[in-house]
Amino acid sequence: MKTTSTPAAPAAPAPARRHDGAQRELLRISDMRIWYTTVAGEAKVVDGVDVVINRNELFGLAGESGCGKSTLVEGVLRLIKTPGYIKSGQAIFYRTSPDTGQEIGVDLASISMSEMRRLRWSHIAYVPQGAMNSLNPVMRIEDQIIDAIIEHSKVSRREAREKMLERLDMVGLPASVARMYPHELSGGMKQRVTIAASVTLSPELLVADEPTTALDVNVQRVILQELKDIRARLGLTIIYVSHDMAVHAELADRMGIMYAGVMMEVGATGDVFKDPLHPYTQGLIRSIPDIGKPRVRVEGIPGLAPSPLNWPAGCRFHPRCPFAKEVCKREEPKLAPLDLATIAPQAQRPGRHAAGRSVACHLYTEKWNE
Amino acid sequence: MAEPLAQPAVASSAAQAAGTAPTGAPILEARQVTKEFVIGGNALRRGRIAAVDKVSLTLSDQPPQIISLVGESGSGKTTLSRMLLGLTPPTSGEVLFRGKNLNGLTREEWDLYRSQVQPVFQDPYGIYNPFYRIERVLEVAARNFKLASSRDDMRQKIEEALRAVDLRPTDIIGRYPHQLSGGERQRVMLARLYLLRPRIIVADEPVSMIDVAVRTLFLNILIDFRDKYGISCLFITHNLSTAYYLGGRIMVLCFGRVVEQGEIDTVIRNPAHPYTQQLLRSVPSSDPDKRWTDKMDMRTVERPLTHEANKCVYIERCPFAMPVCSQQRPPDYEVNGSQRSACFLHDPRYAGRVREA
Repeated sequence: MKTTSTPAAPAAPAPARRHDGAQRELLRISDMRIWYTTVAGEAKVVDGVDVVINRNELFGLAGESGCGKSTLVEGVLRLIKTPGYIKSGQAIFYRTSPDTGQEIGVDLASISMSEMRRLRWSHIAYVPQGAMNSLNPVMRIEDQIIDAIIEHSKVSRREAREKMLERLDMVGLPASVARMYPHELSGGMKQRVTIAASVTLSPELLVADEPTTALDVNVQRVILQELKDIRARLGLTIIYVSHDMAVHAELADRMGIMYAGVMMEVGATGDVFKDPLHPYTQGLIRSIPDIGKPRVRVEGIPGLAPSPLNWPAGCRFHPRCPFAKEVCKREEPKLAPLDLATIAPQAQRPGRHAAGRSVACHLYTEKWNE
Repeated sequence: MAEPLAQPAVASSAAQAAGTAPTGAPILEARQVTKEFVIGGNALRRGRIAAVDKVSLTLSDQPPQIISLVGESGSGKTTLSRMLLGLTPPTSGEVLFRGKNLNGLTREEWDLYRSQVQPVFQDPYGIYNPFYRIERVLEVAARNFKLASSRDDMRQKIEEALRAVDLRPTDIIGRYPHQLSGGERQRVMLARLYLLRPRIIVADEPVSMIDVAVRTLFLNILIDFRDKYGISCLFITHNLSTAYYLGGRIMVLCFGRVVEQGEIDTVIRNPAHPYTQQLLRSVPSSDPDKRWTDKMDMRTVERPLTHEANKCVYIERCPFAMPVCSQQRPPDYEVNGSQRSACFLHDPRYAGRVREA
């Protein structure tokens, strides 16, 4: 894998550190850029993402197709294949040492592939898009899961088997499922198998990319319920990637909204839905038809999603933004904590929550009034 | 209230009498259509499965209306749309175009059918020939249906059609399919319909592959087509929220059978069939203060549905299942005005168990 990483970034792990207080960081992604080389130039699919994921939270990563949300998590998990590469950036993961209980920061973007391999399954689990269709059709469920456990830990076959049965039970599957082949299971059951398998080694972080997208709504509900349960029982941190805003409203503690390869807004789910800051988030939330609400005509977000080969200059959302003015075309706003003192008058809202919210928009900076 | 409608066939003609099609035959009508597929390879173990099981529906343009057909995967919604479009012959029952069986249409009648009933398919990536420029689908339509008198006229009409679906002609004309997004391609399909002005659009999951932010643009156009040009639409979807946004009527399809139908506002407020009730409980709410608090029992989601002719399809998952549900297929019961539900809970003989608390 090609890693044109930052010049001679120290591969040595950051010093061990302990955290106090309620919110301890688990993953700090900074200035992450993941590009693809194409005949038409560099496709800057992820182009400078900053975000922090705290321990024990369910973090929703939202955005429309092509915004780079899947690429971001693939990059952090080091699964980008050529012609893609990590152009720059860090993803410091504070793993807990099993011996000392200390948290040790490692930069996932620069560690070696063999180190990354040691973190997989035992510290970081991943349920990719369409995972349920990647089960081996000619192997029994148990053999697939047990092989993976043995590959990534030092347990015996017998212990691995017990572990697996425990996890299958946790997602509500009977032990008989272990002896079955994938074709004998429904889509929802297969997806639950992949989730159960991914958490067999009690990882600290589970990244699930659109795990319910191809499933029926009743099955989706059960799976979301189970993800919540698993998190509570194992003390997991979950990054849930989905384009479906309503699912985030139902599930996420905090969420980040991506657009055109950058993070546009981060905040607690309740804040984001009740008082979206970024004009893009506002448009996105307005666009969700909701059965509970009175039927009103919404206009969605007119215009086109831009191309990663050529992001618009300045704010990437400005060609579609109803508020855009000169500064937005000129200068790219950086994701910054919301400061109630610098908000433009037209973006003021009474009773606004500011704590823990960040937004990348000039409406919320002093630039607007220049 | 709660009188069984003797025979579903009678029920459908009763619905016509009730006003859905006062002026002559409706444009498109399905009467008790069934489509069976043979399953299993082995000749001895071969079975038949009814993907669509005696479904009746009427699509009229007097007045223009939107009917949403909602169902999960495997419910038979695509099979039903293919039968309505004449792409698959039904095993039994009939599809009628202006009162005449699709089977027996003459060439001229087929031409009329094609000019009045038009499809929109799910996959905006699979329907364009990558070698031709986008506007070709519009030109071919204009030429085949003789809509333009000259090249200039055609060009003008195409530009007008593109503008009608909120696209800038300069952004579209001359481009190849791969240069457009899914949402734009689906809207070009609507531009094609704008040119053709059919009476009825059969749209099979047209927005499931396009982003939310542009999805509403598409839905708004369908609503405008109905209100401005009197074009009716059968909108097939798995997404209840989208159906709600469109308004009009809803038919809930479960494993090949219509289990509930009515005005969507009534059905969503007061779902009468246990299956509809469960579906509604599973739709995630976009209000973080209204998260699910109860738990849905997984068994009610995964137990197999049944295709046996003399049972309710939903019996295995139904929390209210009664002995009668496994003895005969529930007929349609009138619940509330035009709302109908195929569930014995609405039979006075089994009253008292109606609906969840």
